[in-house]
Amino acid sequence: MEETKPQLFKITFDGIEVEVEPGTTIMQAARKIAEADESQAAIVPPAMCYYKPLPASGGKCRACLVRVAQGSAKDTRPMPKLVPSCITQVQDGMVVENTTNEAVLEARKGIVEFLLINHPLDCPVCDQAGECHLQDFAFEHGSAKTRYEEERRTFEKEDIGPFVQLHMTRCILCYRCVYTADQITEKREHGVMNRGDASEISTYIKKSIDNDFSGNIIDVCPVGALTDKTYRFKNRVWFSKPEDAHCNCDKCSGKVTLWYRGDEVIRVTARKNTWGEVTEFICNTCRFERKKTSDWVLEGPTKVKRSSVISANKYRSDLVKKPDFALKLAATQFKNIDDSRPYITDPETIRNQSIENNDKANHRSLLNQNN
Amino acid sequence: MQLTNRSKQVSNKEMTLMERAYLPAIATGLGITIKHFFSKKVTIQYPEVKRYLGPVFRGRHILKRDADGRERCTACGLCAVACPAEAISMVAAEREKGEENLYREEKYAAVYEVNMLRCIFCGLCEEACPKQAVYLRHDEFVPVFTDRDQVIWGKDLLVEDMNNRYTREAWTKEEALALDIKRANGEPTNVTPRAVP
Repeated sequence: MEETKPQLFKITFDGIEVEVEPGTTIMQAARKIAEADESQAAIVPPAMCYYKPLPASGGKCRACLVRVAQGSAKDTRPMPKLVPSCITQVQDGMVVENTTNEAVLEARKGIVEFLLINHPLDCPVCDQAGECHLQDFAFEHGSAKTRYEEERRTFEKEDIGPFVQLHMTRCILCYRCVYTADQITEKREHGVMNRGDASEISTYIKKSIDNDFSGNIIDVCPVGALTDKTYRFKNRVWFSKPEDAHCNCDKCSGKVTLWYRGDEVIRVTARKNTWGEVTEFICNTCRFERKKTSDWVLEGPTKVKRSSVISANKYRSDLVKKPDFALKLAATQFKNIDDSRPYITDPETIRNQSIENNDKANHRSLLNQNN
Repeated sequence: MQLTNRSKQVSNKEMTLMERAYLPAIATGLGITIKHFFSKKVTIQYPEVKRYLGPVFRGRHILKRDADGRERCTACGLCAVACPAEAISMVAAEREKGEENLYREEKYAAVYEVNMLRCIFCGLCEEACPKQAVYLRHDEFVPVFTDRDQVIWGKDLLVEDMNNRYTREAWTKEEALALDIKRANGEPTNVTPRAVP
């Protein structure tokens, strides 16, 4: 049998060419571009339901819609409708438009509006505020005002097990928690009941989840629908200080982020990567029971993006760094010092020169005023 | 080099007899002094009389209650994160069953503290507040501290008193003066300035 070489597909995403393996989705190709060049992070389509570590997730929220201007090198026709980039696989010679296409951005604005139709907008109360993907999504792609005047659906808040609280009103039905429960746990305990407008997340017949990894549904939830009961109203995210830490755990990798208020660990979460995804799930013991610094080996402060509100009022040296723009501007304006000038030490000469310079400067300002 | 045309040419011109006598010049100078003696005074008798603070004056904070007397603040922390001086701190708590008449939202500020030494009265907290809870009064200063304990203001000083709610009465200089006269005459106004420690 002839061995087939993995042939790479070349696609163009927002004018940037990238080579990816067959079977990659458009979203993954875009992320590959951003990982290679950090300044391109803005071109990656937002994801509300897609979660790379959870196979089969994606395609639900439509946040990542992009336009395919050319289907492939063989069939150069554009795709008739916008396609969800998280579940659409690339073709060789595909041309994708995301931020460069006005229609895509307009459609995304509409998606924000749809996702927010039944969202209560109780961010001042919600524990997720500050690390909420829906907040980021609405802030970056939505409009500042709502047109929705009808009544929003409401639910009573519900306890799922002893540690997790469900606020169904905030849910955007991304199904991430369902996939987590299906794939991380062995039994099927968690799902979406009813259809359409009436759908709601539920543990079947109010059965509480007692699996060791059930706490991860808190981390995968992009909004504040599933929250940590042990952290409930303890503090706002941006007042707590994240620290990376690990421990020897026989059930999970033990790599976590500890959230401090002063010397007190108020929350333990799994570590999230650039795309806000947890790659190493942690067990409930680590998450809910090890809340003392002595349980952990600290690795140092978590790197928080400067754009994140979590970095507010924290003065790490790399956080007070000048923004890109200022550095770029400085680089373009930079002039080498003219070292060929004679080095003058005589105070009388310096005095005369400074008087002369002063006069020159005055002349300049006078000329500016008069003209 | 001439920078401006305001400079005066100096001359060694002889003085006239009138100028040399000096007395008329002294009389003129004294005249100016005596004129000011009878003109309108620019000073005011503080603290009996207070000057108009301006239409955008920002004084001490209050935590507003809503029309039903429930606290508006939900301890979202936006004021604290907006504060450039990091003067505000708070601890949130969950509203229990039966406290619906006390707090407006399901979360409330159990502790809300403003460090008045740090506060620069920029009003960013007021601007950041999504619940219209933090408000900077237009009529009162934070009084002078005489003790360390008075520096950090807790909810006891900040939360609005329902029997003496603050509504802004004076928006212009004229209205402010009229209000001052009203108060001086002992006539009732919407807000009576309360004694703060």
